[in-house]
Formats: sequence, C-alpha cells, structure tokens
Amino acid sequence: MTGKATPGQPAVTAEATLLESLPPEERLILPCLQHIQRAFGYVSDSAVNVVAEFLNVSRAEVIGVLTYYHDLRRTPPPAVVVGVCVAEACQAAGVRSLIEQIEHDFGVTLGAGTGSGAVEFAGTDSGGVEFAKAYCLGNCALGPAVMVNGRLVGRCDIGRVRAAVVNAQVVPR
Amino acid sequence: MSVRIYVPGDSAACSVGADDVAARIVELAAAGGVTVEVIRNGSRGMLWLEPFIEVQTAAGRVGYGPVEPGDVAELIEAGLFDGRPHALGHGLVEEIPWLARQQRVSFARVGLADPLDLDEYRRLGGLVGLGRALAKPAAEVADDVLASGLRGRGGAGFPAGIKWRTVQEAPGEVKYVCCNADEGDSGTFADRMLMEGDPFTLLEGMAIAGTTVGASLGLIYVRSEYPTAIRTLRTAVDIARIDGWLGEDVMGSGRAFDVRIVEGAGSYVCGEETAMLESLEGKRGMVRPKPPIPALEGLFGKPTLVHNVLTLSAVPQILADGPAAYQALGVDRSRGTQVFQLAGNIARGGIVELAFGVSLRELVEDFGGGTYSGRPVRAVQVGGPLGAYLPDSALDVSMDYEALLAANSMLGHGGVVVFDDTVNMAAQARFAMEFCAVESCGKCTPCRIGSTRGVEVIDKITAGIDPERNLVLLEELCETMTDGSLCAMGGLTPLPVRSAVAHFGEDFHRSANGRPRQ
Repeated sequence: MTGKATPGQPAVTAEATLLESLPPEERLILPCLQHIQRAFGYVSDSAVNVVAEFLNVSRAEVIGVLTYYHDLRRTPPPAVVVGVCVAEACQAAGVRSLIEQIEHDFGVTLGAGTGSGAVEFAGTDSGGVEFAKAYCLGNCALGPAVMVNGRLVGRCDIGRVRAAVVNAQVVPR
Repeated sequence: MSVRIYVPGDSAACSVGADDVAARIVELAAAGGVTVEVIRNGSRGMLWLEPFIEVQTAAGRVGYGPVEPGDVAELIEAGLFDGRPHALGHGLVEEIPWLARQQRVSFARVGLADPLDLDEYRRLGGLVGLGRALAKPAAEVADDVLASGLRGRGGAGFPAGIKWRTVQEAPGEVKYVCCNADEGDSGTFADRMLMEGDPFTLLEGMAIAGTTVGASLGLIYVRSEYPTAIRTLRTAVDIARIDGWLGEDVMGSGRAFDVRIVEGAGSYVCGEETAMLESLEGKRGMVRPKPPIPALEGLFGKPTLVHNVLTLSAVPQILADGPAAYQALGVDRSRGTQVFQLAGNIARGGIVELAFGVSLRELVEDFGGGTYSGRPVRAVQVGGPLGAYLPDSALDVSMDYEALLAANSMLGHGGVVVFDDTVNMAAQARFAMEFCAVESCGKCTPCRIGSTRGVEVIDKITAGIDPERNLVLLEELCETMTDGSLCAMGGLTPLPVRSAVAHFGEDFHRSANGRPRQ
C-alpha cells in the first residue's frame, strides 16, 4: 500500500510507513488516526486518504471518526495548546471569571467544544497559543484547572495560566 | 544518615508544584550533606494539603502541607528530616482525623508507597486476592463477588456478581474484560488517583475477573486527559508481565490473561459502556441499543465483562478477606465502601472512602469543611454532570444508591461538587443542556436535538420571555429526554435541570424579581 504514495509528497509516505508498522490490534480507524496525530501533530487531508486506503474503508468513515473526537485535529497545532476545564467543579471554583480574563488578556474567544484558533502571545515569535474548552481534567478539588501541552495546572488564576503558557514555550513537549 | 521522604507524584499534587518541591528537597539536602531518598508515592487524597510531603521517622510518617518550593529551606531548618513540628506540620499521618475516620478498602494502599514498586505492593497485601481466586473453582469466585454485594461503581449500580456469572456462562471461546477508565464526570477523580497511585490493584482485579469469566484479554480504556495514569498503567503492565502474573500463565495457574491500555480521544459519552466498546473497536463512540447486553455481545460481538475502575479495584480485597468482610460494610442493598470525591468550591477537597450510609452533610461539612471561599453552601451536585443539584435542606440524605434515588438524585461515580451562594443555578441548568449538546453522540433524537432546544428554552426563561409557559415547555422537554433517550447522557441530563428548577426556582426569574444573579 505504501507503493501508491506519490513521489514529491513525503508526508504521505511517512504516514503510510507509520501505519505499516502498527501491530494488528491497532489497525483500526481511531488508533491509526491517533498514531498519525502523535507523529505529525495533526491529521492532514492526505493522511485521511492514506488511512482509508490502508484499512480499506471509505474516506467518509475515516472523516466520521476524525470529526467525532475532540482530540483529533485537521490543522497543525500551535506551539502551545491550553485546555481550560469548564466543567461544574471548576465552575464552582470560579472558572467563569477566569475565562473572561483569558479572553480579555489573550484576545481569544472560547467556543463550545472548539478551539479558539491560535493567537500570538505577548507579541513574541511564540508559535502561537490556542485555548480550547475541556470538560473535566480530573483535578476537581484543586480547580480551576487547565492543561498546558499535557501538563496539568491547578488552583489557576490568570497569573498561573500566563506563567504556564510562557513556560510551555520554552519546554519541549 | 539517610532520610526517606515521600512527595506525591500524583498529577493533582504535581498541578500545584509537587515536582518542584521534590527537586528542591533533593537540592537542599545535597547542599547540606544529607542523604535523602525521595519516593514519589500516590496521593493520600487530602488534596487541599497538596503538595503533602511525609518524612519517615521512628514513630511513623510525619506529614507537612501544603508545601511550596519556597517553604522547603525553612522546613529543613526547622528539622524536617527528623519530623520536627512546624506551622505546616500535621503530625503522624495515620493519626490525622480526616484520614483516620475513613474506611479505606479500594484506596487502602494509595499514597503508601511508590505505585510501581511491586515488592511494596506484595508487602502491603497485594496479590493475595489473585492467589486465592486462582486456587478455587471459577464459579466460586463469581459466587464470592456476588456474596460481597459489590455493585457497579461507574454509576449504574448493577450487581457485579450477576455480570460475572453471565459472562462466565456465556458460550464462546473468546471473551473480554473491559475496564471503563473514561472518568469524564466533573467532580470525580478517584479512578485517576487509583490508576496513578496503585495501578497493580486494578490489574489484579482485572486478572481475577479475566481468569474467572474465561477471558484471556483485558482492555483498559483510559481517557486522554489522564496522560500520567496511562504512562503508569503501561509500566505496571510491563512489570506484572515480567513478574508472571499477567501473560500466558498467570501465577503458574495455566490460565492466560493479559492487559492492554487503550487511550481515548476526547469524548464524554465514551464513558457509556456501549459507546466505549464502539470506541475500542476504533469507531465513532456511538451508543448501541441494548439488548444485546455487552455481557453476551460486547467487544467485537464477544461476551464482555465491562466494569468501572473502582468496581474492579474492590475485587482483590474481597477475595483476600472474603466476601463477608466487604458485605458487612454499608447499608441495605448498598454494601461495602464508596470512594467519595469532594470537589468544587470546598475547603478540604479530596478522597473520602467510607461505608455506604454516611450523610451528604457529613461529607460536605465535617470532611469538606464547607466552601473554599468561606461563603455559605448553596448547592451540592452529586453524581457528576448528570446528577441532581441539592439545596442545603436536602444534605441529610444518606449516601447510598436507593436513598439518593428516593431523593430524586443519584450516586453516580460518587462525585460531590459544592457551590457557594454566588452560583447562578439557571446558568448551571443551561450548562447541563449545553454540555449534553456538545457531547451527545447524536444517535437518538431526544438527546441530540433536545439538548440544543433546552439551551434555547432556558435562555428565553432567563431573558424573561414568557417564563411561565417556557418553564412548562422545559419540563415537557425534560420528560421527553428522560423517557426517550437511548442512554444516560440524554436520559439523565434533565436531572440537574429539573433539580435546579425545583430547588432554586428563583434563579430562573431573573427579570421578574429584579435580582440578576452574577
């Protein structure tokens, strides 16, 4: 199946090679997409074709899974991704006002279930930061909680969020 | 001299600086010429004291917390390494009343040792249950689980032993055990803390389950929001395989059972058992109609034992101590212990494991110490985002399956989320509908469409647009969702909404009473 990759599209070849390396139990749509995202940061349109061909399923089935799960993304991620827990326990701990501060300070809007889109932070060449609503990070006694590039931060105020974002820019993922 | 110091590696502890505290201790000890052994244990569950560090002394372990990196120098100065008193000190950890009053069964080992130290696990009683289970006929093990009175801790409360028998007696060579670790309910974190703090207990419970029902493979479906739990479990599986109690020949019994960790991809409804099975098959996490029940036709159509983390983690102790000891705890048909999780706006949040029958007020006031903000408690949501909001007057309810149902509430996964008097309950009701709209799998109409209509109707009510008629409409919508939804997502979303209207009706008349709550 790798043979069908077109020369001049190295990303496709790399994705197909990755899929070929998977053990049998991971040759399912969701694990394939997760592996691709882990390796390349997102699932490109061409990767969708590769997965469909590899598993012998339709593109629609792959896109169906890809668009179902919040974690999977179809565009390259910015340098820093922040999940802000908006679930009840963090609401009780004041996340509603924290979100207002984040939206004001970073110039973003947190929509329901979607990312804010990347914005540059503090005028630096930061590679961008993106905020998305998260529905529970399991830190419900130490809210408000955010997750910055996979690192959990508790008892958040805007200062702690800002510090975590700055720190994430210098620490590799 | 060598000093043994425990600094939790639990992700909640690390979210407030435990890693930095550990590093600081090592740094300052080295500078002072003291040899320290820092053990990254699980958390004791006293989350308001995190980072909570402990020092081994001749008298026992002495605790300090919450410790910030900047406190370490002063603590060492004051005699931390000898367990001397300090303003942040709490004395002997075993004697802290908050812990001493608990009845820890599932959480008995969490916080005591390095979670991946198998020798410590054995020393603390681990693998006794599996050994006993393998020594008797499988049917008797299922009988023990039934006799213990253990019920599903994920929320549904179905008798575990009945499920075990069903899967055991189901025809077929290939069977599975699936552990639901998609702990998505806000206000719950016990699964995470157990997986991070004592992963071997869960694996042992799964091994008992697998060898009993005749499954040779177990899968743990862990939500992606729990990266530390995933890492810890994967390492624990490797260790258990090397030690010979997972794999081809479990503890020399001739029976095979292995475990695979599967990472979720962000979907609340995948905590519903059939949606989880779909996700484990690599598909969209769409709910399946029941019947067929997963015990007969589950993962890939094979008989599958599906249990929550806490259900499986209770099993080793039941086998080790016998079902009677577990059955002796609790009230009525709620036997054993429940791991309650105190969360939200609470002064002393964390893990409280007690026999069923403790009152909600004891949890919120005695253990929880009221709100973190210091303001009066106005509402308590029990059982996650699909659970009811209870007012102060309802807090004397007994925390067991049946008493909560009778109070138009539910136990769920044991989460308790406290709100102070600044909460706007119309906004909370709206959020319940909004959350359902975001997370609905879309398979059934009442959930998919009803949740969006619910947000709109609540917006009209709070905007003062024909509120009385729209409240009637909201009630009718709730009835449709309750009766017509395929699973608990749409079926129980009305629970927080209706309870907010019933107990906090004044918040829905924003323009009428001229008191726009913030």
